[in-house]
Amino acid sequence: MQIASMHFKERAHDNMGNAQLQGNLHKIKGKFVAKRRESLVELDDFEATREAARAIRQRALDRLDVWLEIFERNAIARGATVLWAETPDEVNQHVLDIAKRHGVHKTIKSKSMVSEESALDRAIEASGGQVVETDLGEYILQINDYEPPSHIIGPALHKSKEEVSDLFAKVHGTARKTGIAELCLEARGVLRTHYLTAGMGISGGNFFVAETGSVVVVTNEGNATLTTTLPKVHVAISGIEKIVPTLEDVATLMRLLPRSATGQSISNYVDILTGVKGEGEFNGAEHMYFVLVDAGRSAVLAGELKEALRCIRCGACMNHCPVYQNVGGHSYGWVYPGPIGSILTPAYIGIENALDLPQASTLCNQCGVVCPVKIPLPDLLRKLREQQFERHLRPWYERAGLRAWSWLASRPALYALATRIGVRLLSWMGGRERLIHRLPLGGGWTDARDMPAPAGSTFRELAGERQKNRGER
Amino acid sequence: MRVGFFVTCLVDLMRPSIGFAAIKLLEAGGAQVIIPATQTCCGQPGYNSGDRRGAIALATKLIGEFEGCDYLVAPSGSCTGMIKTHYADLFRGDPAMLRRADALGARTWELTDFLVNVVKLESVPGKFVGTVTYHDSCAGLREMGVKQQPRTLLAKMPGLTLKEMTECETCCGFGGTFSIKYGDISSRLADNKCEFVAQSKADALALGDLGCMLNIEGRLRRRGDMTTRVLHVAELLAGDAP
Repeated sequence: MQIASMHFKERAHDNMGNAQLQGNLHKIKGKFVAKRRESLVELDDFEATREAARAIRQRALDRLDVWLEIFERNAIARGATVLWAETPDEVNQHVLDIAKRHGVHKTIKSKSMVSEESALDRAIEASGGQVVETDLGEYILQINDYEPPSHIIGPALHKSKEEVSDLFAKVHGTARKTGIAELCLEARGVLRTHYLTAGMGISGGNFFVAETGSVVVVTNEGNATLTTTLPKVHVAISGIEKIVPTLEDVATLMRLLPRSATGQSISNYVDILTGVKGEGEFNGAEHMYFVLVDAGRSAVLAGELKEALRCIRCGACMNHCPVYQNVGGHSYGWVYPGPIGSILTPAYIGIENALDLPQASTLCNQCGVVCPVKIPLPDLLRKLREQQFERHLRPWYERAGLRAWSWLASRPALYALATRIGVRLLSWMGGRERLIHRLPLGGGWTDARDMPAPAGSTFRELAGERQKNRGER
Repeated sequence: MRVGFFVTCLVDLMRPSIGFAAIKLLEAGGAQVIIPATQTCCGQPGYNSGDRRGAIALATKLIGEFEGCDYLVAPSGSCTGMIKTHYADLFRGDPAMLRRADALGARTWELTDFLVNVVKLESVPGKFVGTVTYHDSCAGLREMGVKQQPRTLLAKMPGLTLKEMTECETCCGFGGTFSIKYGDISSRLADNKCEFVAQSKADALALGDLGCMLNIEGRLRRRGDMTTRVLHVAELLAGDAP
């Protein structure tokens, strides 16, 4: 996928001025935030479940190499082929090779964010093949000239029903529908024919289960069930970090994943796909491939951002992020938006290619408290900020300002003198209203806010005088 | 009970009256308040901006200034959150300093939390007639567990009625240097908060952190609201509201 993360500021600015988008974003709060809260009440002990989920994911990461080998062994034993992709390009190459081997022209695809990292759809088309996205959100984006997703659960969440109505009428050449059910039926009609004529189905993978060699796919539309079982070839693509040791672990994680994501007790479909269609079996692909993707993950595993790999892609962090809620997913400029995206994007595509993302957070920790696997998102953002600072990737004046502050604040006498002068100046600037309307070098603050003027003396001055007076009395 | 009072740099420079209000409350609870004269900043600006070295220097200085007291109390969830939950990270490679940081962290309290749970203040000196809505600051709420404490204290003021606003726990958009670096996003978040404050129709907004206070008040005034009062909870409780 094209990287636009360097344009965060401009995009965020534009998106905040887009009234249509703002209206669409506003609905997320009611839809996801409120529903999550309601569904968590069903759990006897959310915090204990959350701790168990954290431990499961951490255990998997701590011995990732071992679990991956166990997975590979068990997957092969059930007739599947396991392929490893070190880079995004290798993902595409594996898929194109598989298509060639089986003479596939048409590919159907259920949702896979990992395949967005390598722009797999474009690669398939460039090779002369056809690819059809079957997740409704992904389908909408595909027929809108591959518009990038703005959310990992609802890729087309930024679009209103009306925009989709217009798009369907234009692309399908049908009469404009207005009801959601009608629109869904229309998409279903189009997609059905593709399911039946595709030679290959590509899915993502929410979890890879080491003990059984299975992939677990969580959906609401049923499209993944059709995508993975109707065509002769099934390719499941996901990151190497998605491994979990046992099916029982999946059961624990599934108590939190749908609830954290959409506020559902359980998603409409949970597919657990193990091996190729056996003799006498009615369902399943005849050829099954796993593409296990590194693309930066093993480097993250070895570094201080490791905990980010616990992520189970529920999207709760972005749904609850006040910045995401106002700037929308496209501002972040790559596959993963919001708080987790602000960590994964610099980690996967290079810290120098996404300088704004770790900074564009108030560190309010709303993301941290909703994360079902307890990723300390603000702490990880802070680590990225430290890396930026150490590598001199921040503007010189920011660095100079911070250094000047710590230098001054380490020298109490000088600090006292400087702040005495400073607060008097600012107090004078506040005029009779006691408000500063414009701050030199502080335009970021005063463009849309006033600065309440300081009182004019520092607390330490006044406290010192008070002590002196008490002493004299 | 020797309470080291950390005024915080923002209160020190911007609204010293909050510091005196806090001292009045601590003394009302029977505390002996000590104000280390050389105190400056807890190091949070550097820590949150990637300047670890600068943060370590200021944290070391603060620990030295306050570790002789029985408690450290500050009128801020943000600064006490820094000391209590983040100093350990700063000193993770330095066992001797880590021990000192942990020891101080365990005795560090946000003001209202301290008043309710340590000194168990029974009555407060302040008087206020009118309605107040309360903004929960992020660090106070999510790092220090400050939620009921200020409300418990405000409930001791007979003329005061608390009117909760929608999304009182949502960030106001301050975020330290974020407020300057991403001024338009920060202002948008502040504007959302002002909208909720306005909807609550409260006479005053109370809160426990000066960063949020400057941010929300600054946006309220720019929006043309010159009447809704913005008060630190300490001023309200001490009866020192300007």
